[in-house]
Amino acid sequence: MTYTRRDALVVGAGGLAVLAMTRAAWAVTADEAIAEFTGGAAMGEGGITLTAPEIAENGNVVPVEVDAAGAAEILVLAPGNPSATICTVAFGPAAGSQRLSTRIRLAKSQDVTAVAKMADGSFVSTSQPVKVTVGGCGG
Amino acid sequence: MRIRAKHSAALASALVIALAGAARAEPDLDAKLVINGDLEMTTIAPAPAHLEGALGDNVISGWHYRDAATRQMETDDFENPAMSAVDEALAAWDTVDGSEGKSCADCHGAIEEGMKGVTAVLPKVTEAGALWSAEDFINDCRTNRMGAEAWDWDKDPMKNMTAAIALQSRGMPVNVAIDGAAAPFWEQGKEMYYTRYGLLQLSCANCHEQNNGNYIRADHLSQGQINGFPVFRLKNDGLVSIHNRFAGCVRDTRAETFSKGGPEFHALELYVASRGNGLAVEGPSVRP
Amino acid sequence: MADAKPRVKAPASAAAGEPFAIKTLISHEMESGQRKDGDGNLIPQKIINRFTCDFNGTNVVDMTLSGGVSANPYIEFDAMIDQAGELKFTWYDDDGSVYEDAKTIDLA
Ligand code: HEC
Ligand code: HEC
Repeated sequence: MTYTRRDALVVGAGGLAVLAMTRAAWAVTADEAIAEFTGGAAMGEGGITLTAPEIAENGNVVPVEVDAAGAAEILVLAPGNPSATICTVAFGPAAGSQRLSTRIRLAKSQDVTAVAKMADGSFVSTSQPVKVTVGGCGG
Repeated sequence: MRIRAKHSAALASALVIALAGAARAEPDLDAKLVINGDLEMTTIAPAPAHLEGALGDNVISGWHYRDAATRQMETDDFENPAMSAVDEALAAWDTVDGSEGKSCADCHGAIEEGMKGVTAVLPKVTEAGALWSAEDFINDCRTNRMGAEAWDWDKDPMKNMTAAIALQSRGMPVNVAIDGAAAPFWEQGKEMYYTRYGLLQLSCANCHEQNNGNYIRADHLSQGQINGFPVFRLKNDGLVSIHNRFAGCVRDTRAETFSKGGPEFHALELYVASRGNGLAVEGPSVRP
Repeated sequence: MADAKPRVKAPASAAAGEPFAIKTLISHEMESGQRKDGDGNLIPQKIINRFTCDFNGTNVVDMTLSGGVSANPYIEFDAMIDQAGELKFTWYDDDGSVYEDAKTIDLA
């Protein structure tokens, strides 16, 4: 299976009718996703770290780690993707920390963003720029 | 039209720079590849004598040319996405298939024993005088010994199995024979390596010998070694065979490519493998 | 890749109250719903949309995934235990399939 930047662009350019029909199904902007996650609450800083490579050799598989001690839930966003929401993770009582490490798809270079909902209901966020190089030599 | 041109570094790098606006970046040669915390891999080895210095003093695994995140995935079998494919092959190894009612394990025993060191010396010339890759041996067993259907060279069952077999040589030095019966194949492969193909008139050597370390588009050019094959390519989300990689590289020069499993790529595989004699078998490795 | 196949790496034992790392991986194409096939039609989304880990019935993590998570989702997090028991892992596929794995863990 392949999911390449080119495919993402093809979708982007692939006719307004298709876009209009499918947009509701999957295209969520970062602002929409954040608004839904926070309910419009104010956003703070600090207490959350996001680790991602400065340069990713392949946008298909970009390792990221988020850590926000004391968070109830973390939202990870790729604002430059056709659909910005990557994942949300809620931490239960048996969690040993509020850390998540995963691998994500980035359609292009962008600021990967994480928003944490802290136990007291406040929100903090942080972003990290990731440059996606588009390779593709050697088949 | 094919022009044999061994010493055209200037022209070639002009082309690559034209293509890429090339930047140079040294591979990270200080990085050490240790897998699962204890298996130390030889990723830099003294260049084999037959290269006559064409790659300098050392041959270098493609691992060094990848970025830290990609390299990291190869250091732990759990993080290496190729290992699910290996799991599938291990199940296939024990599964009876074909009219003879046999599994690979029935004849070869545990894969850890039966296939130990096999990949390190492939491809090799058979008693019948043919140059065979892992895929040929596997299909020979399937069709002639098991009465089972041949696996497609480039489909999952075959790629999975070559990955599982390569794993049994991991850490051992690549050591393909290039003399005796292998010599004519090796010469043919060498000839191909220095032949310019396609619209762009580029040979393997133009990119992987004269320009390794440079960027072509966004790719950091390596020496084009095959000690890490089959590789898990993140771009494909799957395993890629040696011949598939060759085909991709030839296609990049805008040439018609040779067929996977055909005599040309067999000869090229032997020659390219011999350029990495001394490097640890790293398959299945991870590439962008 | 044929069936989705989960893999889990967790320690066989852990000290009470000491966080320990769990790594999970499942083979799955994570078809994002944003790609087109050869005829220009969108390929329908088929992803793992949720992953949960519980210890003796108590939640460790509950994750919602989109097509923005890479194929063969890799998920790493920390858990903490206060008794011996079972870690249970569950992946939910868009097609309704549910994949499960479990690991017993002792108190060190
Ligand atoms: C009926 C017995 C039998 C079965 C079943 C069988 N093999 Fe073999 N295999 C052999 C024999 C005999 C050889 C040749 C050994 C030699 O010439 O050194 C061989 C050679 C090989 C080799 C090359 C080994 C080398 O040292 O170069 C590979 C690889 C291989 N088999 C893989 C497989 C796989 C994979 C399967 C299952 C799909 C399989 N075999 C099933 C008998 C069998
Ligand atoms: C136009 C330049 C170009 C030419 C010509 C070219 N390649 Fe490549 N090749 C690349 C690039 C770019 C890559 C990906 C980066 C890397 O590993 O070097 C690559 C990768 C490879 C790899 C994978 C290396 C690894 O570590 O995974 C092999 C093997 C390879 N090439 C062999 C060949 C062979 C054999 C030829 C001649 C038939 C050839 N290449 C011709 C550009 C080229």
